[in-house]
Amino acid sequence: AWGPAEVLVCETLFGRAGGASAAARTLTDSVAGTEDGAPSSSRVFVVRRDQDIYIQTLRKLFNESHGIFMGLQRSEEELAGKSRKAQLVQVSKNYRSVIRACMEDMHQAAVSTRDPALQGQYSTQVSILSAMELIWNLCEILFVEAATAGPLLLRLLDWVRLHVCDVDSMVREVLSSESPSKHKLFWNVVDVFVLQGRMDEARHLLSKEASANPASMNMYKILDDLMKKMPVPSLSNTQTLTELELKWQHWHEECQRYLQDGTFASNPHMESICKILLGDEDAILEKKELMTTWYHFLVTRLLYSHPTVKPMELRFYAQSSMDLFLGGESSPEPLDLILMAAFEFEMHQVIKECSIVLSNWWFVAHLTDLLDHCKLLQSHNLYFGSNMREFLLLEYASGLFSHHSLWQLGVDYFDHCPQYGRVYLELHIERIPLSTEQKALKVLRICEQRQMHEQVRSICKIMAMKALRNNRLGSALSWSIRAKDAAFATLISDRFLKDYCERGCFSDLDLIDNLGPSMLLSDRLTFLGKYREFHRLYGEKRFPEAARLLLTLMTAHIAPCSFWMTLLTDALPLLEQKEVIFSAEQTYELMRCLEDLTAGNPDKQKFQDDDIETTKVEMLRLALARNLARVIVKEGTVEGS
Amino acid sequence: QDNRISIWSAGDLGNAGLNGEYHGEPHLLCDIQHNGDVMDMQFLDQERIVVASSTGTVTIFRHHQNNQTLSANHRWEKAHYHVDQDTSSGGAACTGVVCNNPEIVTVGEDGRINLFRADQKDAVRTIDNADSSTLHAVTFLRTTEILTVNSIGQLKIWDLRQQRNEPSQIFSLAGDRVPLHCVDRHPNQQHIVATGGQDGMLSIWDIRQGTMPVSLLNAHEAEMWEVHFHPSDPDHLFTCSEDGSLWHWDTSANVSEKPSFLHQGGRSTAYLSHSTINQSVVSAWLSNDPTKDRMEITNLIPNQTLSVNSLDVLGPCLVYGTDAEAIYVNRQLFA
Repeated sequence: AWGPAEVLVCETLFGRAGGASAAARTLTDSVAGTEDGAPSSSRVFVVRRDQDIYIQTLRKLFNESHGIFMGLQRSEEELAGKSRKAQLVQVSKNYRSVIRACMEDMHQAAVSTRDPALQGQYSTQVSILSAMELIWNLCEILFVEAATAGPLLLRLLDWVRLHVCDVDSMVREVLSSESPSKHKLFWNVVDVFVLQGRMDEARHLLSKEASANPASMNMYKILDDLMKKMPVPSLSNTQTLTELELKWQHWHEECQRYLQDGTFASNPHMESICKILLGDEDAILEKKELMTTWYHFLVTRLLYSHPTVKPMELRFYAQSSMDLFLGGESSPEPLDLILMAAFEFEMHQVIKECSIVLSNWWFVAHLTDLLDHCKLLQSHNLYFGSNMREFLLLEYASGLFSHHSLWQLGVDYFDHCPQYGRVYLELHIERIPLSTEQKALKVLRICEQRQMHEQVRSICKIMAMKALRNNRLGSALSWSIRAKDAAFATLISDRFLKDYCERGCFSDLDLIDNLGPSMLLSDRLTFLGKYREFHRLYGEKRFPEAARLLLTLMTAHIAPCSFWMTLLTDALPLLEQKEVIFSAEQTYELMRCLEDLTAGNPDKQKFQDDDIETTKVEMLRLALARNLARVIVKEGTVEGS
Repeated sequence: QDNRISIWSAGDLGNAGLNGEYHGEPHLLCDIQHNGDVMDMQFLDQERIVVASSTGTVTIFRHHQNNQTLSANHRWEKAHYHVDQDTSSGGAACTGVVCNNPEIVTVGEDGRINLFRADQKDAVRTIDNADSSTLHAVTFLRTTEILTVNSIGQLKIWDLRQQRNEPSQIFSLAGDRVPLHCVDRHPNQQHIVATGGQDGMLSIWDIRQGTMPVSLLNAHEAEMWEVHFHPSDPDHLFTCSEDGSLWHWDTSANVSEKPSFLHQGGRSTAYLSHSTINQSVVSAWLSNDPTKDRMEITNLIPNQTLSVNSLDVLGPCLVYGTDAEAIYVNRQLFA
């Protein structure tokens, strides 16, 4: 099926030769594979804008995040202050755990697949998801939680520890070896711990070295002591920032003294650790490979030189860290720019850069929505009127609609776009291919819940027409009832009546006999039901009632004019009965009907059945006259006695 | 579209599972590709599953437990079709399937009823145009009789022993002909039938008497997709709906007022007063007295979002699937 977010590209003979749309050529090349030479038979390509929604493993991401999104929209707005913030942080964490779960699945898929192309695709997806989680995590720390000086550093340390995992295998190797201190990478691992502020683990490893090397016991004790005493911000409010700064200053001076005294001079490793503790940039930069990224460098720097850094000061340190780390050798990548924008608290920049780099709108739509709920985005009016959050959600949801099953998620997203959501929904929902009745019912329910009457009518008409074409008259009627579509009900009734006229009997009696109140939907339908009732009464030999019904059908003008002849013909057997059924009144009525019929259309008699028609009319006249005669006598006599 | 039939293990107690999953997390054992949407499915026996497809095909899959694979065992193509079997645009969705080994009955959007026998190539019996509207669901009433519901709100009984292609009885709702989407029969008392409608209404019928339902219970806010009596504990009924909720209807409180022999379902020769004898044959489902009825209704889904399309219940386990592409397993239903 072809959806609204897709484009049909048709290959023509002109495309290959000459310059006519080089773009089309590269497009067909990429879609069809490179084929030069003779023009092939023309094919039509479906070009999809949003490829990602078709990746199986990402479906979990879309579904779960939809649940989180809905939860967020419905959450209590009245909660203010801390509890609201905690709630929003929890939502952010939920999003991140979904991203991580997806990463896991994708990783499993990459490992277990044999197809190298697929493996490449999965691996790319894993790194994209990983980057997304990295960015989201940083945004959570800086924007959603808005960590203040003190806790900010701790959060950033957690962030680095979680995301810089290139060193994990090395760490594992050393720790699991027989005597770690003899391992050639031992000092690297100690450095890693120190750089990431994992003091306890570093001290534990150093103790192994000390016990293996008693000569350096003295040095070890001092270093260990320094590391133990290092003041770090705490999450609880046991100390103020000023207290921390004071303590830290003292400790820093103490470290300085030991270094200058040459305490560690004999052991270059320990000396470099001491320099790192003092925040010596060059010493830290020496360990570039262990840090792998400039933001790791940033956080290490902050840990050892400005642990009480304030959020607004981050930008300066970030910029200088990146410059120092990259050192002019390499230029920043898109991920680096995004993180930099985050450190600079330029939210709009973050979102803009992410939108450009990522291939679908999932990330920016959900992140922006969350930030909007944190009341952090000023309504930035874009030139077509809606704000950024709404724009991104609309784009994301529109992408979902081209998927045969994820469109249901899109509906909820449109619901929460106050300005244009409804219009978008109205346009998209009519274009969903309705392959089964169940799908149509789901779409209808969505439309009905939102009072989209136009769409309800249109969808019901489509389904009713399909049913009619497949000769499922009951289904067609059921759809017309749902849409309260009197015109269509009339159409169906006419079909039934036509069938009757052609075959002489009713099809689908189970339907007509059981119309119930839905009979009143259209006059024609009422007529059909009543006409069938007439037949039933006749079959049950309840002639007077049948006669009365027949007459009502004509006089109350429920019957269509085209059917009057048939009705009158149906009256014939009743007129010819031994017993007199029609009263005088009724007979007069019948005669009047007949005259109306014949008088009204003299031209219509001029078709093939001319003879039959005139014979019928004559027979009727005769029967009516005879009946009249009998009934006058009968009524006269009865009254007499 | 990539639709698959999958078999999952819902985990045993005390099983640590592979890859460090905490025990109880369902994990996928095997799956197989399926053509078209899966409209309905049922186990035929321990190893075989009958699946109804939106393409009109009915397939039997075999689950090989020794090597955990699925294979297609037998297929009836174009079991349901519109107009002409030979035209390519023919297929009509098969909407319901019910099994009573070795017999399989299917119904579809083409208003057709098929009776198959497992491993027999052709249909044993086909009732063409059994209904002028779509048949939404089918279930066995007795071994030779089936119940169907359709989209003009009719419940029909068909006697498969008879050769005529007419239902032996037709029941319908009073008032608007709201389409009925699901039907289930009480496991022990075969005259009690429950149906669910497009307006979310649950109807309980006593098919021994009258042509109208005994009680109408306003339930869901949208189509009720499935209704199931608990097979071993029929005082409990479960319904799921497009509105995203799954309701557990519990009338067991009613039973406690009645003489104790009803709990075992057996007969007792103990002396009973006349009124209790009359009361004793009336199931909790048919009792009409609102003051006496203590039915507990619980919504089993805390945060409902999208439709719950299907459910099944066995013993203390409840399984249901939603449009959010998630399957939920509740193993402690009556805890």
